[in-house]
Amino acid sequence: MAVTGEEAIYGDSVITTKLDSAIAWARESSMWPYIFGTACCAIEFMSVASSKFDISRFGAEVVRFSPRQADLLIIAGTVSYKQAPILKKIYDQMTEPKWVMSAGACACSGGFYDNYTTMQGVDEIIPVDVYISGCPPRPEAFLEGLMQIQKLQAKPTKYLKKRAKREFKGRLDA
Amino acid sequence: MLSQCEKKIEFSKTKNSRYIVKLKDIKRAIKFLKQEKNYNFLVDITAVDYLDFCEPKQKRFAIIYLLKDDSFDNLLVLKAYLNEDEIIDSITDLYEGANWSEREVWDQYGLKFKNHPNLKRILNHKEFVGHPLRKDYPMTKGQLCTKTDDLMDEMTPKLKAKGYENHDDLMFLNLGPAHPASHGTIRTFVALEGETIVGAVNEIGYLHRGFEKSCENHTYNQIIPYTDRLNYCSAILNNIAFAHTVEQMLGVELPDRGQFIRVIIGELSRIIDHLVCLAANLVDMGALTNYWYLYNPRETAYQLLSKLTGARLTNSYMRIGGMTHDLYDGFEDDLKECIKDVEKGMHDTLSLIEHNRIFQDRAQNIGIVTGDEAINRGWSGPNLRASGVNYDVRVNHPYYHYDTFDFDVVVGSQGDVYDRMMVRFEEIRQSIKIIDQAMKTLPGGSYSVADHSITFPLKKNVYSNIEGLMNQFKLVSEGVKVPNQEFYSSIEAANGELGFYIVSDGSGTPYRVKVRPPCFFSMATLSAMVEGEMIADAVLSLGSLNIIAGELDR
Ligand code: SF4
Repeated sequence: MAVTGEEAIYGDSVITTKLDSAIAWARESSMWPYIFGTACCAIEFMSVASSKFDISRFGAEVVRFSPRQADLLIIAGTVSYKQAPILKKIYDQMTEPKWVMSAGACACSGGFYDNYTTMQGVDEIIPVDVYISGCPPRPEAFLEGLMQIQKLQAKPTKYLKKRAKREFKGRLDA
Repeated sequence: MLSQCEKKIEFSKTKNSRYIVKLKDIKRAIKFLKQEKNYNFLVDITAVDYLDFCEPKQKRFAIIYLLKDDSFDNLLVLKAYLNEDEIIDSITDLYEGANWSEREVWDQYGLKFKNHPNLKRILNHKEFVGHPLRKDYPMTKGQLCTKTDDLMDEMTPKLKAKGYENHDDLMFLNLGPAHPASHGTIRTFVALEGETIVGAVNEIGYLHRGFEKSCENHTYNQIIPYTDRLNYCSAILNNIAFAHTVEQMLGVELPDRGQFIRVIIGELSRIIDHLVCLAANLVDMGALTNYWYLYNPRETAYQLLSKLTGARLTNSYMRIGGMTHDLYDGFEDDLKECIKDVEKGMHDTLSLIEHNRIFQDRAQNIGIVTGDEAINRGWSGPNLRASGVNYDVRVNHPYYHYDTFDFDVVVGSQGDVYDRMMVRFEEIRQSIKIIDQAMKTLPGGSYSVADHSITFPLKKNVYSNIEGLMNQFKLVSEGVKVPNQEFYSSIEAANGELGFYIVSDGSGTPYRVKVRPPCFFSMATLSAMVEGEMIADAVLSLGSLNIIAGELDR
């Protein structure tokens, strides 16, 4: 393929691309997670953040505890009905583009707490992009989930189009 | 006075006594015990709903008080039967620790207390209707919560008592439940004047996930994985506490090898629990480097634990009557490696903080709780010992040959944040000492009880003879059958006295399980500890108590 555009003049010292792709590329490598860590799964996230598994290799070590600064919500732990309005509020306070990872059996489905107090999956109240399994997920699984989200948001896939049109109505949306 | 009460069962081994008391006499009896007999330590208050019980009881409910005396050696169980409409006298004026426990009984069972300062729900949310631990409340009937409690109903009277009629000059702030320093899901709602806290209210229950109700439809062995998730920083200690209680109900004792393995793995769990607590504490102080020093040895321990149990965090290693399997070949070397890492991490951290003026200024004389107050509030474990009280279940009620190991009970003098941290550092050293001794004297032989109505038979017997097959089948489908009784027993877990009160109806599923979570009682103290302190110190006070939400809220 013949080289065209700026590259034809300046060689490989410049790259031309679409603005969207450039921004997506930048975002991919600097996701700022908000850890909604409520239970045992959050302890595994501590491992993800520490030296051995080192989430900074994926550019996501800037853990934010302010939803307004974060673009990736990681729900690690059991979410009870009492906790649900808080989770919803935090999700609502995050600005677009925002991504949600549901980590572990509890967040995904209530896990083995099938009882009067535990929400049977956080997708009852907020939309989820990636689910990861485990009770708790191993640190590698967290990283896998992160990479999946990076992949999802980097390319204009069908999923992104569908997501843009999505009309989510959870149990706490009046 | 007590001799007038009908005396029921005398536990000879643990010197426990049980009395059935009339409801109207409960308060008098407890007052007498406290004032005349020095029963100063309220272990727990709980209730049982006998609606579906196999044999009829006088009345539908029972309220149960567990008390220990000054020596911590004698446990007394008081029980009174009552119906739903009868009202119990609150004992909050005798024991501060009773406040939250009584609220919990009200929340879960709907039993009312007279003269309680603030009888409102504690674990379930405000909009919840009904009382979930009643037998006629359906297990899976969830109820949506749409709004968070603003807690002003508690805050306003508090401020009023301190002379704040209007709130114009105050700033209200929520520390948690979603806050990096809230250690999980704890909420501290504070009123600030400048940076000083003038009023604080705690709300818990955000991680209430129905452990006790779930126990009521699982067999004893199926409950083991749930116990992992109480204090998930030291899962195995919770396994041990539960299995140990059930084994005593069955009247069996583990072979020595099994007991030693429990000691070794249990102490290792205590070490890694303390490591997380200290690491998080130091992060809260801004000393981030120490987080890596203290957390990384945990990774080595995780490796050992996953080799041994198949899981890093939620190990479920214990079973009723033993454990899933023996130690593996090469365990000793891995353990040595692990302990070396822990020692190095501790050494590195201590060399940074021990003589560090900033650390000392931040931690000393902050969040002070005196020994008497700590006892009155039901504290136990490292927190209580930091306040100078010499109580350790391993010493006062020795189990698993703890009386033959040479180790020190670590006590502090001030009861401040500094002491609570330093006690944990020293306890790590003592645990290492115990592990060393236990490894040196680890006996051979079997690690589980040989009775196959309790533990699984060998797979080769299951496949080759009918008896083995039947054993396996019965254990899987019906569970371990525990004789009809009520029993309380505890061990020294990482956070203190972790006890289980179990009511069995003779089947393979417990009728009622109540956990005595050590950090529940520490947590109930926090608001009193932080009032008058600076906001930054409140974070340290909370961290130093090592509140683990799974254990707190169950
Ligand atoms: S999925 Fe398992 S490990 Fe994670 S919060 Fe739930 S119970 Fe704990």
